Amino acid sequence: MNIKTIDFLGKRQWAYIFSSLLLLVSIGSLATQGLKMGIDFTGGTLVEVAYQNAADLTVMRAALADEGFGDAMVQHFGSSRDVLIRLKPDETVSSAELSAQVVAAINKKTAEPAELRRVEFVGPQVGDELAEDGGLAMLYSMFGVLIYIAWRFEYKFALGSVAALIHDVIITLGFFSLFGLEFDLTVLAALLAVIGYSLNDTIVVFDRIRDNFRLLRQVGSEEVMNTSLNETLSRTLMTSFTTILVLIALAVLGGEIIHNFSVALLVGILIGTYSSIFVASPIVLALGITQKDLMVPVKEGTDVDDLP
Amino acid sequence: MQNRFPLWKNLLILIVFLIGFIYALPNLFGDDPSVQVSFSNVSTVETAQVQQIEELVKQAGMTIKEVETGNGNILIRFNDTNDQLKAADLLRDRLGNDATVALNLAPATPGWLRAFGASPMYLGLDLRGGVHFMLEVDMDAAVKQAEERYNDDVRSALRDAKIRYQSVSQETGYIRVKLRDEEDTNAAVAVLDKDFSTLNIERPNVENELWLKITEAEQKEVKKFALAQNITTLRNRVNELGVAEPVIQQQGNNRIVVQLPGIQDTTRAKDILGTTATLEYRLVDVEHDVQKALQGRPPVGSRIYYEKNGNPILLDRRIIVTGDQIVDASSGLDQNNSPSVFVTLNGIGAKKMGKVTSENIGRPMAVVFVEYKVKTREVNGEKVRTKEKVEKVISVATIRDAFSKRFQTTGLDSTTEARNLALLLRAGALAAPVDIVEERTVGPSLGQDNIDQGMRSVMVGFVLVLLFMAAYYRVFGLVANLALGFNLVVIVAILSMLQATLTMPGIAGIVLTIGMAVDANVLIFERIREEIKNGNTPQSSIYAGYEKAFGTIFDANITTLLVALVLFGFGTGPVKGFAVTLSIGILSSMFTAILGTRMVINWIYGSRRVEKLSI
Repeated sequence: MNIKTIDFLGKRQWAYIFSSLLLLVSIGSLATQGLKMGIDFTGGTLVEVAYQNAADLTVMRAALADEGFGDAMVQHFGSSRDVLIRLKPDETVSSAELSAQVVAAINKKTAEPAELRRVEFVGPQVGDELAEDGGLAMLYSMFGVLIYIAWRFEYKFALGSVAALIHDVIITLGFFSLFGLEFDLTVLAALLAVIGYSLNDTIVVFDRIRDNFRLLRQVGSEEVMNTSLNETLSRTLMTSFTTILVLIALAVLGGEIIHNFSVALLVGILIGTYSSIFVASPIVLALGITQKDLMVPVKEGTDVDDLP
Repeated sequence: MQNRFPLWKNLLILIVFLIGFIYALPNLFGDDPSVQVSFSNVSTVETAQVQQIEELVKQAGMTIKEVETGNGNILIRFNDTNDQLKAADLLRDRLGNDATVALNLAPATPGWLRAFGASPMYLGLDLRGGVHFMLEVDMDAAVKQAEERYNDDVRSALRDAKIRYQSVSQETGYIRVKLRDEEDTNAAVAVLDKDFSTLNIERPNVENELWLKITEAEQKEVKKFALAQNITTLRNRVNELGVAEPVIQQQGNNRIVVQLPGIQDTTRAKDILGTTATLEYRLVDVEHDVQKALQGRPPVGSRIYYEKNGNPILLDRRIIVTGDQIVDASSGLDQNNSPSVFVTLNGIGAKKMGKVTSENIGRPMAVVFVEYKVKTREVNGEKVRTKEKVEKVISVATIRDAFSKRFQTTGLDSTTEARNLALLLRAGALAAPVDIVEERTVGPSLGQDNIDQGMRSVMVGFVLVLLFMAAYYRVFGLVANLALGFNLVVIVAILSMLQATLTMPGIAGIVLTIGMAVDANVLIFERIREEIKNGNTPQSSIYAGYEKAFGTIFDANITTLLVALVLFGFGTGPVKGFAVTLSIGILSSMFTAILGTRMVINWIYGSRRVEKLSI
């Protein structure tokens, strides 16, 4: 082996400190600030309008207040010509009339009529259900992963990868909480995709660790894992790099609606790449993985031989 | 021989590519703005009709691109939206009530492609613009309405059996029957037990009183019926609105999803979908005095209603006909130029109306407009939603002579109200009130923006990855790029074949797949590099690289697929779209990145002596 090997596991206490710090900040922010939930989860009404010229928000706010929409949140969305109006879910007006009333109210005062771009109304009950389904989806996917890896590898690997996943999810959520980004259904989807991606990374590393445990019999666990991490390092970085490339394209060019989605993926994949090296493997090591755990004859090799 | 595919494998890959290419192709042709005309009473369109419509449009100076017929529809394609909108307005005016005119974006897939059954991906509402509603059916109201019906039925059953009762009244959750004595009570139990198997008869600790409760099974049945009936009615209403390709689906036990692509006037759509408005025809009680009724108890057979101007009026409790018995309705102006609705009754309704009007010439009859409205009130800081039955008398007219099947109703405020009421009467009443619990409307301009932005980010992301791969892995990178292009074609082809709905998050899923698809190739190529570094020959390095990387790729992708499936199972709307493209992307990337690249690498390096690999 002529490439320089990096002693990842030797420096694991630094990784522990770094991860603990990130987790602490994330959990702290989630506990104090919470997440800025989108209307998908809270319920409420959202109206997006567009103008030819820059829109004056003060005029619009006043116009809405005049019509009894005093608690409406009005803000620019993407550009100064696009405006987003949010209304709390507990309006006494029926949903059917709400968006029309809002547009009528602002059209009374603004210089040009607004073009209605988008209306979203989510009843409070539906919001609760969506939140519940999202939480369940997260739990089930983690559980599925746990079982699959325990079956294909070993339970210590399963615990290591799920710990890394929880790490990734908490830190991504923490990022959203800390920077006050809105958490909606698309961000939830992104988070689940992060779980998938981070797992992908971790499994590639684990796969190599398993191979090397069988190959390098005279070497200690820590060294085997270090070698494996080094061998897969260029792949880990390459794949993350290409994925991050397209995600940057998506975040910059994809438009406002999926902006937060792209940001969640970007953050999640950065963290996921880090965790597959610095979190998943050290935990497996800490759980006391030995050669013996993997010596059970597992037959993957035979059933894939005839495939390319 | 190492690194050579048997012929069948090469052919298989090439055939998949060819099929993928054909089915992905329709997506390049875009859409034609078009107008879809369908007739409610005919299933096949006649050539004369088509010619007549074609003439109409041409005379008005619009250029038609193509006219097609099929499925009882006439589809007229135009070159631009201007002509399309003008033609739609024109046809709506000229064709009258029997025809439904809807705007549509028809795929401009050439005929030879359509012969393969190839059609473009179905664009979601966020890309083409439109409205998505989720409606919740008020099941409590459905049961309450059933109780109301039983209330009347029980009364007439007792009357028919000549059992004298003190009162039959509807309480919350049961119907209370008060009788005079033990004997009557027993007789009533016997009659009710025989006639109403769907009611549980309870004898509370009150003398000579019976409580009738609808059985669990029947309640379930009532709810099921209400949902099914509402879906039918909504479908009728949507058809009346003139929407091409609407989606009306049951979701869960009490919800209905309605998707109307390309609709512009969302307020009207909401009004039409959500309203429970219907008409009732009742005789006016002329024997009793309204003022007295207002002060004391109204007479047994009558109830107090209010006219539009607020005047109270006494109407007979018994309904002559209800909206259910109306089979057709159209709006127009009467002799005095006031908006009115022309109504046609079905056989039963017509018979009853004929009987009542012939027996009551000279007596006034009232038309009651019935609607359920949702009100939100604040009770102890909590919002409570209540349904209110709003009944107003829209017209009172003296019966001049007997009529039965067809007649007109006046007293409507505007032509719009008349038009909407006619539409609602035609489409039928909702069996139970509905509530909009979710709405997502995307304007057409935003839809187009989303498509543009989505496509641009796919392209830019794609090109960036191509450049990077070519720079880093040289010849092998170029091969991986080929596979990536192939992968994109296959994803689009599968989405088109399945007619899956492409949404904005779906596009994001494709973008993400592009990023992740190279992963398999990176894994393989890194392995090959390692093998070379370990001193293996180029040929055996290629072989071992593919061989050893496969298990890893398989495990990694299966777990991602697992997550995608969970996403699909739990997701709604945007999440589902993302999960679909992600799953398809994972599967197709495994095929293209492993088999596709291997084939090309074999062509380049296989079956010959190679000194050095360009990797």
